Amino acid sequence: MPPLLQYTLHLADDALILGHRNSEWTGHGPILEQDIAISNIALDLIGQARNFYQYAAELANEGNSGSVTEDSLAYLRDGWDFRNILLVEQTNGDWAKTILRQFFFSAHQVDLYQQLMTGSDKTLSAIGAKAYKEVVYHLRWSSEWVIRLGDGTEESHTRMKKALDELWKFTGELYMPAPYEQWAAKAGVGPDLSHLRVRWEERVKEVFVEAGLSYPPAEWMQTGGKEGRHTEQLGYILAEMQFLQRAYPGCNW
Amino acid sequence: MSSENQSASGRAEWPLWEIFIRSKQGLDHKHVGSLHAADAQMAIENARDVYTRRMEGVSIWVVESKYIHASNPDDAASFYDPASDKVYRHPTFYDLPDELKHM
Repeated sequence: MPPLLQYTLHLADDALILGHRNSEWTGHGPILEQDIAISNIALDLIGQARNFYQYAAELANEGNSGSVTEDSLAYLRDGWDFRNILLVEQTNGDWAKTILRQFFFSAHQVDLYQQLMTGSDKTLSAIGAKAYKEVVYHLRWSSEWVIRLGDGTEESHTRMKKALDELWKFTGELYMPAPYEQWAAKAGVGPDLSHLRVRWEERVKEVFVEAGLSYPPAEWMQTGGKEGRHTEQLGYILAEMQFLQRAYPGCNW
Repeated sequence: MSSENQSASGRAEWPLWEIFIRSKQGLDHKHVGSLHAADAQMAIENARDVYTRRMEGVSIWVVESKYIHASNPDDAASFYDPASDKVYRHPTFYDLPDELKHM
């Protein structure tokens, strides 16, 4: 598979899986207003995923019969075909864990999309430009919640710390480049992740200081998602997300 | 019962906020509704998510509902009826040029 296609799928899968996770809150948010907020973010992410999948389908169909669609990419690939990072597939847990997962990811995505905008691939750069504004808001929203909970009551602080314990080991993968990301950086399509990492650490430290959370020391990190080796969580997501298309192929409503 | 449920039932409600949105530059902020939030910052963000999803606004004001003082409906007769027979108070005798909008 050409690296541009792999790279595009990776961007799409990250957005789709986190969007799906967030959508699980719809109707279950801690308060009506936040239920709407997290659902809006879910919709933004799934919208981004659609744009990337449409482009990926175009790339996949070049020079063949053209049977790949955005839907077949989302609904008919198996777990090992998905290239999302492990962080985004982790369970929602409580509000603190959902918030922290979003914060870690948005703090990455905001610079990633900004760099995509100036990249050499016209389509990816256009998607990045459109999505960048959405992500700026996601980062702002999730940063404030991290601060609010971290610097809140004893219970909210404890929950935030627990979320940090659970999620930190999945953050290293953000900046361990897969071969297609190395290709993208070389080809000028995407950013050099080692540069982005510096910005991410700054963003996270800044918010953690305000939130009264200590920035964890370097430790062993979980990896594999970018190349299709996932935690068990992805299987449950796909089972729910893909059931309908697999049981009733081509159905719509 | 889990601690999560206990804390949820014992939780104090967040205060109520009145939301005002300006739909375009040059127009007034209009009252659009109310929502709950822990503080002003969160009220603005909640308003953004609840009331501006379909591009309804360019500016948001929030006021905690307890700071709104309202007239008493029982006073309606003395408050408003005396104005009803004083048409000369209305600037209805002018022709407005078409170029003037939002009057």
